[in-house]
Amino acid sequence: MTDVSKKSDFPILKRRIHGKRFAYLDSAATAQRPVVVLKAMDEFQRKHNANTHRGIYLISEEATALYEGARQKVAAFIHAQPNEIVFTRNATEAINLVAYAWGRANIVTGDNIIVTEMEHHSNLVPWQLLCKERKAELRVVPVTDEGAVVMKEFTKLLTHRTKLVAVSGMSNVFGTMPDLAVIARSAHRKNALVLVDGAQLAAHVPVDVKKLGVDFLALSAHKMLGPMGIGVLWAKRELLEAMPPFLAGGDMIREVSLQTATWNDLPWKFEAGTPNAVGAVGFGAAVDYLTKLGMGSVRRHEMALTAYALKKLRHIKGVSIYGPTSARLKGGVIAFNVQGIHPHDLATLLDREGVAIRSGHHCAQPLMQKFGVMATARMSFSVYTTKQDIDQCIAAIAKATKVMA
Amino acid sequence: MTDALYKATILDHHKHPRHFGTLKRSTHEAHLENTLCGDEVTMQFKVEKGKVIDVAFSGRGCAITTAAASMLTEAVLGKSLAAVKKLTSKDVDKLLGVKVGPAREKCAYLGLETLHKAFS
Repeated sequence: MTDVSKKSDFPILKRRIHGKRFAYLDSAATAQRPVVVLKAMDEFQRKHNANTHRGIYLISEEATALYEGARQKVAAFIHAQPNEIVFTRNATEAINLVAYAWGRANIVTGDNIIVTEMEHHSNLVPWQLLCKERKAELRVVPVTDEGAVVMKEFTKLLTHRTKLVAVSGMSNVFGTMPDLAVIARSAHRKNALVLVDGAQLAAHVPVDVKKLGVDFLALSAHKMLGPMGIGVLWAKRELLEAMPPFLAGGDMIREVSLQTATWNDLPWKFEAGTPNAVGAVGFGAAVDYLTKLGMGSVRRHEMALTAYALKKLRHIKGVSIYGPTSARLKGGVIAFNVQGIHPHDLATLLDREGVAIRSGHHCAQPLMQKFGVMATARMSFSVYTTKQDIDQCIAAIAKATKVMA
Repeated sequence: MTDALYKATILDHHKHPRHFGTLKRSTHEAHLENTLCGDEVTMQFKVEKGKVIDVAFSGRGCAITTAAASMLTEAVLGKSLAAVKKLTSKDVDKLLGVKVGPAREKCAYLGLETLHKAFS
């Protein structure tokens, strides 16, 4: 296995945790940032900090150019046009933007919206609210115990009253990746649109919105080696043009009188108020870093690590793994439980060994109910993860089973 | 592994929780969940003449949740209602013999919160 990136690019990974080597295995919650991202943000703050689109002076022009440059980088990363890239706080806000602006303008009583059983709460609750408000129906496609969307059921639920299919591009629990192109083709035949929660997907596999043929894509920078507090909604231009604004205020307007206002061009129509420019700059640097590594290489690296971890985990007595046991079918995330050890206890015991994993319901409570468990442990990988991290984790699990036996 | 949080007494209460089960007749009871992980604790008390004369707890949870609730049942049995109502998180820390830290406070204090809900 060749590592795609240097661990030394990520300063935080040099930390000692409880006196031990740091094995960070919670990248699905948030990824760590390479030094190029930290530097780009620091430089923006030190040299170019000014409000964007406003000042008629040099550093405001620089700030605007850097902010808009970041938009171009993110657009290129997913093969989209810059004016289709709306900066938001995170993927959650991007999804809510669609639910409020597009949803309130398009969903009427009797319509239905389709989600899957493995959605993160962020791609479930906004649709619950919308459906409740509009007396529309929320339809849920089941997933198999291995986290595959049951396509036969999907086809059955899809009707001419389906207005939207909202689906995760990569499950944050199973790591499974529904076939988005197939889903989009079926949905479009019924004139339904497709929204993809790409929070997990975009950090781990190449994403081309044109090839996928979907209509909306939500991203969070912090899952993609960028900073927290910045995300993106990508949508097809004609959809953004037809949608009413979401948040109102400065920068999103063209002309304002005391009684009325007209809207700015895309994408600024959806970016009210002073934006998180430094966050966008960090996001741009993060996608540059990922592009340099090559998303194909990233995928291969994480797939090899996943296969390695799955093999090692299976050798520990009492370990149950949720989701596919083949690395080809999933991204770099493994949900598991160790018999007789509550995941919170496991996470605490692993922390003592320098290993950071997630434990809990992973914002997917319906999925936990399906498994009949309260919570699971979860390890997840990124470009900087190494075999050594996994070995350290496996050794710590073995130790934990001894403590709790 | 020498770990203050997973020392022998805590593990003992986790594996052999005291007063685990339900009371046929209770005078006070409450149920609470930890929304972070779905852990849940039910506590039942029988109070007579201002004293806790019987106690039971049930539910499911991690070692810290279970041990803390178990220790709490031992601590309140035979105590006056007035004393039980005054129990604080500091008392739970004393029972556990360790401060659990911010990430596990919800686990450690779930039993205590349930107790206070029962008597509120």
